Amino acid sequence: MSLWGILAINSFAFGGLLFLLSAGFSLIFGLMRVPNLTHGSMFMLGGYVGASLYQTWHLPFWLAALGAAAAMAAFGGLIERLLLRRLSGSILAQVLVTLGISFIVADFCLLVWTGDPISVTTPKSLAGGVRAFGLFFTFYRMAIILVACVVAALLWALLDKTRLGAMIRAGVDDPQMARVVGIRVSRLFTTVFCLGAALAGFGGIMGAPVLTVYPGLDTDMLPLALLIVILGGAGSLLGSLIGSFLIGFLYNFGQAMFPELAYFVLFLPMVLVLALRPQGLFGRSAS
Amino acid sequence: MTAIRVALLAALAALIAVPWWVPGDYYVSVASQILIYAIFALGVDVLIGYAGLVSLGHAGLFGLASYTVAAALAGGSGQFGAILLALAVALAGTAVFAALSLRATGIGFIMITLALGQIMWGLAYRWVDLTNGDNGINVASRPMPFGLDLEVATNFYFAVLVVFLLALLAAWIFVHSPFGASLAGTRDQPRRMTALGFHVWLIRFFACMFSGLLTAVAGILFVYYTKFISPPSLQLTSSAEVVLMVISGGSGTLLGPVVGAALVVIVKNVASAYIERWNMLLGAIFVAIVLFMPEGLVPGAPRIWRAVLRWLRANPAAAKGAAE
Repeated sequence: MSLWGILAINSFAFGGLLFLLSAGFSLIFGLMRVPNLTHGSMFMLGGYVGASLYQTWHLPFWLAALGAAAAMAAFGGLIERLLLRRLSGSILAQVLVTLGISFIVADFCLLVWTGDPISVTTPKSLAGGVRAFGLFFTFYRMAIILVACVVAALLWALLDKTRLGAMIRAGVDDPQMARVVGIRVSRLFTTVFCLGAALAGFGGIMGAPVLTVYPGLDTDMLPLALLIVILGGAGSLLGSLIGSFLIGFLYNFGQAMFPELAYFVLFLPMVLVLALRPQGLFGRSAS
Repeated sequence: MTAIRVALLAALAALIAVPWWVPGDYYVSVASQILIYAIFALGVDVLIGYAGLVSLGHAGLFGLASYTVAAALAGGSGQFGAILLALAVALAGTAVFAALSLRATGIGFIMITLALGQIMWGLAYRWVDLTNGDNGINVASRPMPFGLDLEVATNFYFAVLVVFLLALLAAWIFVHSPFGASLAGTRDQPRRMTALGFHVWLIRFFACMFSGLLTAVAGILFVYYTKFISPPSLQLTSSAEVVLMVISGGSGTLLGPVVGAALVVIVKNVASAYIERWNMLLGAIFVAIVLFMPEGLVPGAPRIWRAVLRWLRANPAAAKGAAE
């Protein structure tokens, strides 16, 4: 019985990480219509940079996590300004460029951090756990869930309560009209891209103590982000939150119950959603 | 037109004569590899160039065909039966693949195919009972059609060449048929095609099936070429590589994917001899092509050649300098 409880906690924690990954992906995709295939690489690179800051440079964990997020924001901003900016409207070109960058990043990481997985120690303040209801709750996993919820609340407040959020929503709904009424959509694009990249990088280092950081983490995470956006609907925050927890549960329970077919279990909800509601659970139908 | 025909005939003659002008069996094998990937790239080009649908999951279908051959042979089936089974399984897989991914077009299509391709990879990696996991499956021997021993590199090359020419012919007929024209119509003006009474979804579905057929043929040849199949062949990198072949050569042409396949296979074989970082080079080539030659080599080379000529004419001094 307690096995299922532990699995459920792990699923929630993994779902929280997936939310950090997919929220940015979904926003970028919803606003800019850019399929950012570097998103998995941002997650992995964020994990590596954070791990180096934390373990080699001995920064406090949270500072290292913020550093990784800032580094990824800068990296994402560069990609957006220098490359994606020139390619607006051409899906094929965007796919190829983001894919090309993800290959370069993967090889770069292999070069710098070698092929051995890097395990990151849990920060001391969050080591250990507490026993309650016959289950062992690891503090760190609880922290991941908490951080994901806080980020979700902050993003929701940002999108729903602030002027910037109103502009982003206007940009998602109708970029041309948004331009006409004087919103600088191009600056908005850069902001959202940096934000998405920062969240992915932050997720990477947050996940490092649980998942470790290893070559191939990028291509492990990217399809999950795609699945979540397909499930939840592009540009929908609620969609990516619910999609993340759903995939988190399917991933962990699938691995435990049908280890050989774990990937297949992941793919079933996508089939259902595509068949019944192709715009995603919370997405609006495309024009 | 005649100049192009002469060039094509010369290229055909050069292809037939490969075993006599390349320096050894290794290079004959590389030539076989180029032709196998050219078939694969033609299959992907049918979607990218003529249907406007970019698939990043085709390595999954390619691998499905390869694994079916390997698993069937390991299960004691005959060569002919294994090949037929692989074609059937790969086409059934393509039908599922197409039915799911054609729920969307554009970016949605790319994302769904990518996810499906990764799922195929995950199955190959995890379903150890069937696929032997990371260790892959060995294929003991190549078939012997009409008593021809395909273990000999030259014989294998000729067998691949025959299949390649058939595939090229099939693609030529497909593209120039009324169906090909209606497929291009669904790429450029889906709404008008619907208004004209065409079943856009069904046209795209059949294009996927044809693409899947070429992909399966390439997958079957590939497993006999390497006599081994393992999960890395199904990775996203493999799907991306074949897309790179199509784009670098020139999508929407039949010659482009062939040139692109040759380019990528040669660069990969040459580059891997000197540097370890093939993926970094692949990524850089991707970015460079998109920025500098988005239409691909076959349509792009004449444009760049004309631009160079124009520049030389405008700057006679530079031309003189270059000549010296």
